[in-house]
Order: sequence, then structure tokens, then C-alpha cells
Amino acid sequence: MEITFEHVTHSYNVNSPTASLGLDDVSLTINDKSFTAIVGQTGSGKSTMVKHINALLKPTSGKLTVGNRVITSETNNKNLKPLRKQVGMVFQFPENQLFEETVEKDIMFGPMNFGDSEEHAKQAAKEMIKLVGLDESYLSKSPFDLSGGQMRRVAIAGVLASNPETIILDEPTAGLDPVGRKEIMGLFKDLQQQGKTIILITHNMDDVANFADEMAVIHRGKLIASGLPQEVFNKSELLKDDLLSLPRSAEFARELSQKGFHFDKLPITIDELGTEIKQQLNGG
Amino acid sequence: MDKIILGRYLPGDSLIYRLDPRGKFLLTFYFVGIVFLANNVASYAFLLAFVLFAVYLSKINFGFFLKGLRPIFWLILFTVILQLFFTPSDNPIWQWGILTFSKEGMVIAGYIFIRFVLIIFISTLLTLTTTPIEISDSIESILKPLKKIKFPVTQVALMLSIALRFVPLLVDETTKIMDAQRARGVDFGEGGLIKRIKSFVPILIPLFVSSFSIAYDLAIAMESRGYRDGEGRSKYRVLNWAKRDNIMVVFMICLTIILLFLRSY
Repeated sequence: MEITFEHVTHSYNVNSPTASLGLDDVSLTINDKSFTAIVGQTGSGKSTMVKHINALLKPTSGKLTVGNRVITSETNNKNLKPLRKQVGMVFQFPENQLFEETVEKDIMFGPMNFGDSEEHAKQAAKEMIKLVGLDESYLSKSPFDLSGGQMRRVAIAGVLASNPETIILDEPTAGLDPVGRKEIMGLFKDLQQQGKTIILITHNMDDVANFADEMAVIHRGKLIASGLPQEVFNKSELLKDDLLSLPRSAEFARELSQKGFHFDKLPITIDELGTEIKQQLNGG
Repeated sequence: MDKIILGRYLPGDSLIYRLDPRGKFLLTFYFVGIVFLANNVASYAFLLAFVLFAVYLSKINFGFFLKGLRPIFWLILFTVILQLFFTPSDNPIWQWGILTFSKEGMVIAGYIFIRFVLIIFISTLLTLTTTPIEISDSIESILKPLKKIKFPVTQVALMLSIALRFVPLLVDETTKIMDAQRARGVDFGEGGLIKRIKSFVPILIPLFVSSFSIAYDLAIAMESRGYRDGEGRSKYRVLNWAKRDNIMVVFMICLTIILLFLRSY
């Protein structure tokens, strides 16, 4: 599903002295079946931006198109369910949204709200729990007896169970251990390859380099750069003003280039860096 | 949530802001008491002038105070209408059964209306210009004499300040959980009454769970920083009673005297 932001501006608390601008004239296209990373400092407007995609927030001015649906400031709050079924959203610390007595019921909650039959929802719960790396025995447990990481997986399963076409992830791996991170991020990459559109909010530039095909940088509510990660990480003016940091591989490559190495294209993943170093050591 | 003005703090700076919160707190209650001394046009007009002057001194946009009236607009309307039609009178303008419409009724309804406005404006003024933490500090200091009867004043004050500290946090948490459940297809405020009540379960349970876990973590953090039972702790936030607060008290006494005079006038 293609998502297009056209001059979207959002202010919080309009017409009150506490009004503040969350998004400032953002125009961006997120391609169908892409893996887009949105990066920016805390408070830059990343979460505000993605909440527009399933109409949890509506633009103060401008419009956005999600698939065949247009969202403007006048969009009615009714009939948003079809949109929310298409756009799944994993919030920051999604384990805070668990509430049912069993894991199974909690995963079924979304699909049932979107009008699935009970059997179908149960089936989905079975599939999803495996997909997120837990076995079926967890389905009968209470979500509150699980560890934080397991709760996170259950919450993610609950969002994926409605089979959304677009999945928005707001720092899905914050606070997870390195193995958990890798597994969860791998899962999302797989989902993308199965034809879903993934939008990832993150502070982790390595994740951007390793998984994203496209990236957008937000600063104080404004979109300041977008494009392929390779291109964006090469924009030295962003790095100079500390609006963006580099993945570790790129950081390392920069240090190497001061010691006489030369990179035509800044390597942003470990693989790229390894290949480059190998070539240069063999050739030199 | 954004619509309720009463109970909100609005950052700003003016004479009213700088007054000692204890004084503001007590005088606000005192004012609500003496509003009932007013019994004729002159005294009500005088009180109204005083409140408008206080509002002017606060340098807060007047529109805010009007907004503060909105949530209880129906209560005011209800009371005023009740007074309009159920005030007994010897020479009614219009009468039908027990419904009486008279000049006296109109006057009393007018008084009630002004009384509402006065009380709401003055309490809105208190909360708009005083931070919650200042209010809890002043409650602590006002309750201090109760220590003599073994009332746990310091603990209550701590409870209050923790509660106030967590109000914005829990509001944030509630919004987040509501958003998350909305994204999973919950419609708040749709369908029949039972359905609507049921739709709050997915908010309340996570909210309780996170409140308890926050409380547990906070208790451990406090203990590890040397907190025992609140006794023998020093105070970091000190309230200062200044000259302007004395002036305020004198002002209020004058107000009472003038009011008593106008009342018998």
C-alpha cells in the first residue's frame, strides 16, 4: 500500500496557549512493499508522523493518502476500522497494552475487533505465536506471568494477527537483549519479503543500514532528508550538525579513510565494509 | 481532557503568581465562604468587581475563565431555571400549577448565577496560578497543627505530592494505551451503554498493572535513596510569606467589612 504525505502539518492543542507544532509541512511518499526507516532525535515528530497513517491523529492541514483512502483534517472518526485493519501499529513498549487473561485471547483481540470469526482468530493466534518465536504452550498462560521480552513478542503477535498490509513499528526492539533484537528485526524483514510494507521508527542506525531500503530524517517536525540509506548517510551536512549519526560500520570506515583507505561509496553494513577492506588489502 | 480548565496550571508570571500559595489557598476558601454574605445588588456588584480585578491582576486571558464555566454550564442552567420557576411569590407575573414566574424569582436566579460565576472564577484563578506541588505544600503546612492528634501529616503530604506527580504520567499512559487499543480495532464511545463500558476494560487493566508496577519501582527507588518513614526529613521547598501576602490578607479583611456594610445597607 503506497502512503503519500502531502504538506501534512499537525499542531497539538490548537487554539490554546499550550499549542505546539508536531509536524511541519511534511511531504513524503512511502512505496508499496518497502522497508522505510524514520529517524530523528527524541521529540522530533516521528511518532506524530506515523500516528497519521492509521488516523490516530489527523493533519491540521495538508492531506495524506493511504492506499485508496484520503485522510484530511475533515476525515470522520467513524468507519476507520478498515483502515486500522490494513495498517497495524506496534507502539513503543507494546507490552503495556496486554490485558486479557490468556495470551491466546489477547492475540485474538485484534482480529475479533475487525470482525474475524473466533475459529479464524484462534488459528491466527496459533500461527502468530510461532512466528514471533514462542511455542504453543504459551497460548494458555496469562500474559502477566511472562518476562518483558516474551510479553513484547505476544504484543507484536497481537498486532500481526489481524494480517495488516502495512506494519508500523515504533522502536520495537527498545530494551530487548541483542539476540531478541536480531530475531525480531529478522522477523520484520521476512514479513517485508512476503509483500508487506514496513515502517520502522528507530534510533539505531545499524538497524537502518541492515534492514531498511529507504529512510527519512525528521528534525523539529520537518523532513530534512529522505532517500536510500546509502545516500542519506553520505550527506555530510547532516552529520556535521549532529542531526544524524552513522552506523558503526560507516563510522569505522571514516576512521579508516583517515589512515589512507579510500572508499568510493561509504560502506554502511558490516558486509559491505568487510568486502571493501578485503579488496583494498588484496589490491594494495 | 483538554477541555477542563478548572484544576489546570497555566505557566505565567504576575502578582497573583508570586503570592504565597498557603495564603492563596486559604483566602480562596475564605472567599467562597464570604460570597454567601452578599444579599443585594450592591454587594454582588462589589464582589464581581473584586473578582474581575483579581482576574485582571493575574494577567491571564479572560477567555480561559469563561472556558472554565463550560463543563458545569448545565448545572448552572439547571439551578437558575429551578430558581426562576419555583421561587414562591405574592405577586407572580405568570403562574401555572406549582410553576411561578416572578420578579423575586428573577432576582434570586440572577444572584445564584453570579454566585456560581464568582466561585468558579476564583477557584479557577487559584489553580491556574498555583502549581500542583505548591498546592500540596500548602496543604501540608496548613495541616501541620493536626500532628498534635497523631495525624500523619508528612506521610499524607508525600502521598499527595506523589499522586500529583503521577497525574500527568498516568494521563500520558492512558492516551498511549487508548491509542494502542484503537489501533487494534477498539471503538471508544460507540455502540450501546454496555458495549461502551466493556470497551474500557482494555484500558483499565493495563493501566492498573502499570500503576502497580510504577508504585513498586518507586518504593524501591525511594528506599535505596535512604527514605524510611518520613519522620525527621528536612524540607527542600520552603514557602516564604512576604509583605504582599500580608497586604492580601488586609485586603480580604477590608473586603469582608465592606461586604458587611453593604449587606445591611
